[in-house]
Amino acid sequence: MVEKNVLEITDFNVDFWVDGVWYPAVIDMNLGLAAGKVTAIVGESGSGKSTTALGLMSLLASNARMQGSVVVKGEEMLNAKSSRLREFRGKEVAYIFQEPMTALNPLFTIGYQIVETLRNHFEMGPKEAHARALELITMVDIPNPEQSILKYPHQLSGGQRQRAMIAQALACDPALLVADEPTTALDVTVQAEILDLMRGLKDKLNSAILLITHDMGVVADMADEILVMKDGITVEKGTADQIFNKPQHPYTQQLLGSVPKLGSSKKRELPYKESAKPAPVLKLTDVTIEYPKRGRQPAFTAVKNFSLEIYPGEIVGLVGESGSGKTTVGRASIGLLPVKAGSIEIVGKEIAGADSKQLSAIRRHTGIVFQDPASSLNPRLPIGESIGEPLFLAGLAKGAELAHKVEELLDQVELPRSYRNRYPHELSGGQRQRVGIARALALTPDLLIADEPTSALDVSVQARFLELLQELQGKLNFACLFISHDLAVVDILSHRIAVMQNGLLVEVGDRDQILKNPQNDYTKRLISAVPVPDPKEQKIRREARLALKK
Amino acid sequence: MKLFGRKEKATGEILAGGENAIANKEVEGLSQGQIVRRRFFRHRAAVIALVALSSIILFVLTSLDTKIGPIRIPGWWKWTVEDIPELRFEDCPGGTTGCPTLSLNPTGDFGMGNHPFGQDDIGRDYFALVMNGARRSLMIMFVIGAVSGFIGVVVGSISGFYGKRVDAVLMRLVDFIQTVPTIIIAAVIGKAAGRVGPFFLALFLGILGWTGLARLVRAQFLSLREMEFVDAARVAGASNIRIAFKHILPNAVGQIIVSVTLIMAGAILTETALSYLGFGVVAPDVSLGLLISQYESSFTTRPWLFWWPGFFIISIALCVNFIGDGLRDAFDPRQRRRITKKDRLQAKLQIKAGE
Repeated sequence: MVEKNVLEITDFNVDFWVDGVWYPAVIDMNLGLAAGKVTAIVGESGSGKSTTALGLMSLLASNARMQGSVVVKGEEMLNAKSSRLREFRGKEVAYIFQEPMTALNPLFTIGYQIVETLRNHFEMGPKEAHARALELITMVDIPNPEQSILKYPHQLSGGQRQRAMIAQALACDPALLVADEPTTALDVTVQAEILDLMRGLKDKLNSAILLITHDMGVVADMADEILVMKDGITVEKGTADQIFNKPQHPYTQQLLGSVPKLGSSKKRELPYKESAKPAPVLKLTDVTIEYPKRGRQPAFTAVKNFSLEIYPGEIVGLVGESGSGKTTVGRASIGLLPVKAGSIEIVGKEIAGADSKQLSAIRRHTGIVFQDPASSLNPRLPIGESIGEPLFLAGLAKGAELAHKVEELLDQVELPRSYRNRYPHELSGGQRQRVGIARALALTPDLLIADEPTSALDVSVQARFLELLQELQGKLNFACLFISHDLAVVDILSHRIAVMQNGLLVEVGDRDQILKNPQNDYTKRLISAVPVPDPKEQKIRREARLALKK
Repeated sequence: MKLFGRKEKATGEILAGGENAIANKEVEGLSQGQIVRRRFFRHRAAVIALVALSSIILFVLTSLDTKIGPIRIPGWWKWTVEDIPELRFEDCPGGTTGCPTLSLNPTGDFGMGNHPFGQDDIGRDYFALVMNGARRSLMIMFVIGAVSGFIGVVVGSISGFYGKRVDAVLMRLVDFIQTVPTIIIAAVIGKAAGRVGPFFLALFLGILGWTGLARLVRAQFLSLREMEFVDAARVAGASNIRIAFKHILPNAVGQIIVSVTLIMAGAILTETALSYLGFGVVAPDVSLGLLISQYESSFTTRPWLFWWPGFFIISIALCVNFIGDGLRDAFDPRQRRRITKKDRLQAKLQIKAGE
C-alpha cells in the first residue's frame, strides 16, 4: 500500500489583483509530500515560492485568489471554513519565517509565545504548558532553558531566536513544517547548526518539511525532492540527485551555473610581485573604532587593532559573520566613522583626524558601493543625477559635459542610456546596484569599497554583477576592498582574503591559502560551514564538520 | 483545461515582461509625482473635496470687490458690506424681518432674489457679510498654514539633521510652546489684535501652531538620515545644507503636505472659536465665527443668520480634511487599492468572456 502523502497540491493557482487585472503568481502547481521527507521549492525572488507557502493555509492578502486543491492530511484546505483553517494552522501545519525578529512578538517572552500556541490547540493547564514549552526549548538546544524561557526576543541572538521560532512551530507536533527561507538571515555557522537541528527533529518527529529557499547549498544539504520555479511556473521537478546532476530545463541549468562554488574558481595572480610591492592604496595600521556610549549603553569597541594593506589593482575580500566589524572597517576607510586609535591612509594621506576639507579631497580617490540597493539611491532623484552628483560636486563637469559623462558611466555598467531619467523604484535590484557602481566609479577612484553589494541579489543577477565588477576592475585597475559574508563570492573575486571575528583580524592571506589551507580555527569552522550546492559532496562535508565539532 | 486559456495568455505576457512583471506593471515608467497624483485622483472623497473647495474659493473671491492697493476689481454681487438697503418685511415667518429670498423650488420663483441669505438687524445684505467673513476665514487659514508650515519644517529639519544638543534644545522649545494653552494666549493677543487686524492674528496663531509638524519632520529626518543614500551623498562630497535640502527634505515632503493641510483645517476652527469668544476678528470687520456669535440670540427666530456662516465653516473644514486624507493615502507607498466586490465581479466576467 502506498503511504498517503501529508500534503497534496493539485493544479494550484494563485493570482493577484493588480490595477484591474488578475496577475498569476503561481501557475498549475502539483506537489506531493510524504511524512519524514523534505521537498524544497527553489527559485529567484518573485518566482512565487513564498506565495505558495502562504497560500497553503490561505494566509495571503485579500487581493489574492486561489484555485485548485490543497489537501493536508486528507482534508481540503482551500475554501475551508476559517475556524477549521485556524485549527490546522499551528497544529498540523506550522511555519518558520525568514526573520525571527519580526515573526516573534517583541512584547512577550518566548516561553509565553510557545505556551500560547500550545493552549490555543490543546486543553492544557498553564503549568503543564509551561513544562512542555521548557521541554521544547531544551529540544532545540537553546542554552539555559530555565532562564531562556523567560527571555524576550531581543535578548536572544539571531540563531537562538530562530531556534525559539522552531520550538514554537514544533509545539503541536505538526505533520507539515513550512520553512520559508529559515536561514537566509543567519550567518553560515549558525545556518549549519539550524539545518542540523531541523534535520534531527524531522527524523525524530517524522514531520514533512516544505523548504523554501533560494540558496542551492541549503537545498543540497536538506532536500529529498526539489521543485524549481520561475515566474510562478514549475519548470522542473525531481529528486535532489536528478536536479543537481542531470538538470533538464535550461533555467535549472542556468540557475545552477550561476551559483558560486567554493574553491572552484581559477587561480588569480597578484597584480604585483611579493618582493617589489608598490605603495599601498589603503593602509590601516592598528585601527581601533569605537561606538561612543549612548545614555546607559556603554561604549562599544567594534574594531580593535586592525591592520591591513591593499595594493593597487588588487581585490581584497573581507569576510566574517554579522557583528564582526567588517562594515565598520569599510565605512571608517572612507571617513564615514571616526577612528579612535591608529591610522588609516589612502594614497598616502591620513584620514584619521582629517577635517572636512581634507576629507573631501581624499574622498575623490575613493568610491563606495552600499549593501542595500533599496536605500542607497535617493528615491526622489533620477538616477542620472545620482550618478553625476560626485562629478558635479567635485566641480569636474557641468551641463552638457556632465550629461555626456553620465552616459559614459551608464555604458560602462551596461545600462541603457535612456535610464538616466528613471527613478530608482523603476529599476530592479541588480540594476540599482549597477547604478551604485557607476556612481562609485564616477571619479575614477583608486580605491573602491564594496560593502556586501550582492547580498540582496538573486544568484543569476549576482553572477552577472560579479562578472561586471571583474571586467571593470580589469579595465580601470582600481584597488578594491570587497566586504562579504559569502565566502563563495569572495572566492570568485579576490586576490587576497582577510577574515574577521569579533572586531579582530584573525587571518589574512592569499585566497587559495585561506580557502584550502586555513590556519586559524575560526576560519576552518567558517569554511566548513558553507554549504556546497552538490548533495553528495555536501553530505561528506557535513559529516566532516560534525566530526570536527566533536 | 478550458479554464486556463486566458491564464496561459497572461503567463506568456508575463514571461515576455521578464523579471518581476507584476512589480513592473505597477511602476511602468511613472515618476513619484505621477504615482501620487494617480493615487490621489482615485480617492473619490478627496477629489470631490478638491473640486468643492476650489469652487467655494472662486465663488467667495469673485463675489465681492477686491482691492489690491489702488487697483479695484469689481465683484459680481450687487451689495457690499457697507450698503444698508431697506429691510424686507413681507413673507417672513412669525413676523421676523430680513428673511432669505433664495428659492430652490424649480417650479416656482427659482432664483437668488434680492437678499439670498437674508438681511441682518439693520438691513445689511447677509450674503455680502458671509462672503466677506468667508474671505477672512480663508485668508487666516492659508496664513496659518504657511507660517506654521515654514517654521515647523525649518525647526524640524535642523533638529533632526543635527541631532544631539541642537535637537535637545529645539525639542525643549517645542515642549514649552506645546504647554502654552493656545486659546488663552490667543485671547490675550486677540484683544490687541482687534486693533492690528486679522492678518496679524493669523500670523500669531501660525507662530504657535507649528510644534506638531516640527516633531513629525524631525522624526522623518532622523530616519532618513540613516539611509545609505545620505552616506553616498556625503562620500560624493555634498555639504550638510545640500544633504538636508536636496536629499532628505524632498523625501519628507509627502508627510509635510499632509500635515500642513490638517493644520489648516484646524486653523479655520480655531479662528471661528476665537471670534465666537470675541477674541479673534472684532467688529466692524467680519468673520464667520463673529457672525455666528453676533446673532447667537436670534437662533430660534431667524435661524438663517446661523445656517449660512455655519455651512461655510463646515464645508471648508471638511473639504480641507478630506483633501489631507487623500494626500496622506496618496503619499503612503504601502497603500494599495482595495478590491471591491465590483472588481471581483468584473474579473469573473472577464474570465467567462475568455472561455
